[in-house]
Amino acid sequence: MTSLLVGSISLATVFLFGSIGEIITEKAGHLNLGIPGIMCVGTAGGCLGVSLYMEMCNGNASWILLILVALVFAFAFAAIVGGIYALLTVSMHCNQNITGLAITTFGAGFTQFFIDTYVDRTHFDAASKVLSSSLPFASNLGWFGEVFLSYGIFVYFAIAVAIATTYFLNKTRAGLHLRAIGENPATADAAGINVTLYKYVAILVGSGIAGLGGMFYIMDYIGGSWENASTIEALGWLSVALVIFSMWKPHFSIIGSIIFACFYILAFKITGITFTQMALLKLLPYVITIIVLIATSVIGSKGVQPPAALGLNYFREER
Amino acid sequence: MANTKKTNKEPLFHIVKRDNMSWPKRLLIYAIAIIIGFLITSVFCAVSNEKGKGVWDMFISVYKGSFGTERKIWIFLQELALLLGVSLAILPSFKMKFWNLGANGQVLISCLACYACMYYGDKAGASPNFIIPLMIICSISAGVIWAVIPAIFKALFKTNESLFTLMMNYLAVGLVSVFITIWFPKGSGSVKPINTIVLPDIYKKQVLTLIVVSVLTVFMTLYLKMSKQGFEVSLVGESENTARYVGINVKKVVIRTLILSGIICGIIGLLLVGSINHSVNENMANNRGFTAIMTAWLAKFNPLAMILTCGLITFISNGMSQVRMDFGFYNNALSNIILGVIYFFIIGCDFFITYKIVFRKKAKKQKKEVN
Repeated sequence: MTSLLVGSISLATVFLFGSIGEIITEKAGHLNLGIPGIMCVGTAGGCLGVSLYMEMCNGNASWILLILVALVFAFAFAAIVGGIYALLTVSMHCNQNITGLAITTFGAGFTQFFIDTYVDRTHFDAASKVLSSSLPFASNLGWFGEVFLSYGIFVYFAIAVAIATTYFLNKTRAGLHLRAIGENPATADAAGINVTLYKYVAILVGSGIAGLGGMFYIMDYIGGSWENASTIEALGWLSVALVIFSMWKPHFSIIGSIIFACFYILAFKITGITFTQMALLKLLPYVITIIVLIATSVIGSKGVQPPAALGLNYFREER
Repeated sequence: MANTKKTNKEPLFHIVKRDNMSWPKRLLIYAIAIIIGFLITSVFCAVSNEKGKGVWDMFISVYKGSFGTERKIWIFLQELALLLGVSLAILPSFKMKFWNLGANGQVLISCLACYACMYYGDKAGASPNFIIPLMIICSISAGVIWAVIPAIFKALFKTNESLFTLMMNYLAVGLVSVFITIWFPKGSGSVKPINTIVLPDIYKKQVLTLIVVSVLTVFMTLYLKMSKQGFEVSLVGESENTARYVGINVKKVVIRTLILSGIICGIIGLLLVGSINHSVNENMANNRGFTAIMTAWLAKFNPLAMILTCGLITFISNGMSQVRMDFGFYNNALSNIILGVIYFFIIGCDFFITYKIVFRKKAKKQKKEVN
């Protein structure tokens, strides 16, 4: 039971980063279906940064520098690809869904190719141990330590980002402006808000945060091994679904991501079942997502609606 | 204020919407974009390969990979037909602005249904004359079920269809692995092809697929252009409210159109298993559902133009396998990168077709002319 909870909270971080990124983007009125691909590219960036740094210091990494390198590289790579999305959809008014799907195709392919071909993975094991190291006294505190303190820094970072995003969206002026743009960009524009600037920043920051999710999955959750980008892509799609589950509220995402993660790893944690039963259990997260989608749409109260201008591009000269 | 001067200055350029652009001009823009996309990727390949291949070698390899031998041409035609088939399936739903991202799942689940018929028919020693009609019925109904469930919820509760259909993709993949573990419990994961009960070959294996998809293309062109139902589909896509005001039952149209999508996906699944592969695996849809969205979009939802776009995409992705061999890249993700880059350029074309950029000097001149 404890191991299920610990595993869930750890994996939840991937979903959490992804869904916060998507929420920020969607609040600016842009449905970014490229998030799965962007998470992949974040992985590529994080892995590249880690491998370069580990090579430089010959495997003797300092904790803080390694974290910074992984963070900055993953964020920057993901934000660059987010920039392509922003350029195409904000400045060039291209269809958001189509652009997003193209980003996902590109991102997954790029990451697979890039990590397979260019990234030296010899030190990934060691780097992962450093990145996922928890407080030294956590293991002395019994179940409390295991459930709350046994994770790498990025788990807490994700929760902090979620809370900070909630605060930003609801309590600050810039957050209010961002929400206004998502609801009605023409009105926001008339009120003197720089719509294009806000949209660009929201998409870049959102993409960067989502990219951290992919990096976390490889470097922390599965311990620095690398197989393929399609797993991250699947996790990315679940993160996009999680946005609806958490009703566009980042602090709800914290709980939502743990629930999603719990269903996701259930199949691996239960022992003594046949291959068929295991394959059936693996269907659970998708079934749950579908049920949640239906439930939120059937309930459909005012508080759980997406931003009103979601998916529509804003062109000032068009009404 | 200090800023006033700055804001009063006219911006360097601004964007204006264009009137309709003529077809030759549009084609020219697309051609330029595709060529630029190709050039960038070929430079990338030339720089990063270790066999000393140059920039132009990629074009030769891509051509060879698609049209090099007679066998390759047949494979090209087969892949083109399959992609075109899936594009035709999603076409009416996208025209209706129903974001059906689930064509992968709809094709895959009908592959599974088709293989199930073959597997149990083979086990029971039934005659193909009895099983083949059953295969056709089962795969088409499986495709319809997978497509119509999200449609019903979309019609009744406005459930987000893009995520729903996406999850249905993963469900279909999961179900295939469930059944593989049931049928082949050793855990090896490999599926035995069943060659006793299959759809008949006409001259060559690929010809049946080609014929079926050609018929579907003609049907879909006529359906969308000539029929009342096709008109209803485009009206719902243009404006749901207008459709409602003229008395169209929008819910009925959504569900009916997705049934049509499901039927076509079912046919593609049937062809994939019954005629081409004779077995099933999780990757059988080969991401055609997503690729089809791009091809349908690029063709501006015109079934005949889709032949061209599907041809282009198939040409690139088939050609890339040759590039991998010639250039010494041992990674099949390369074609996704290339396709992604080319997608970006083609998507960007939309901007230059619908808008034009007016620079400061030009704008002044125009003003003078007006005065």
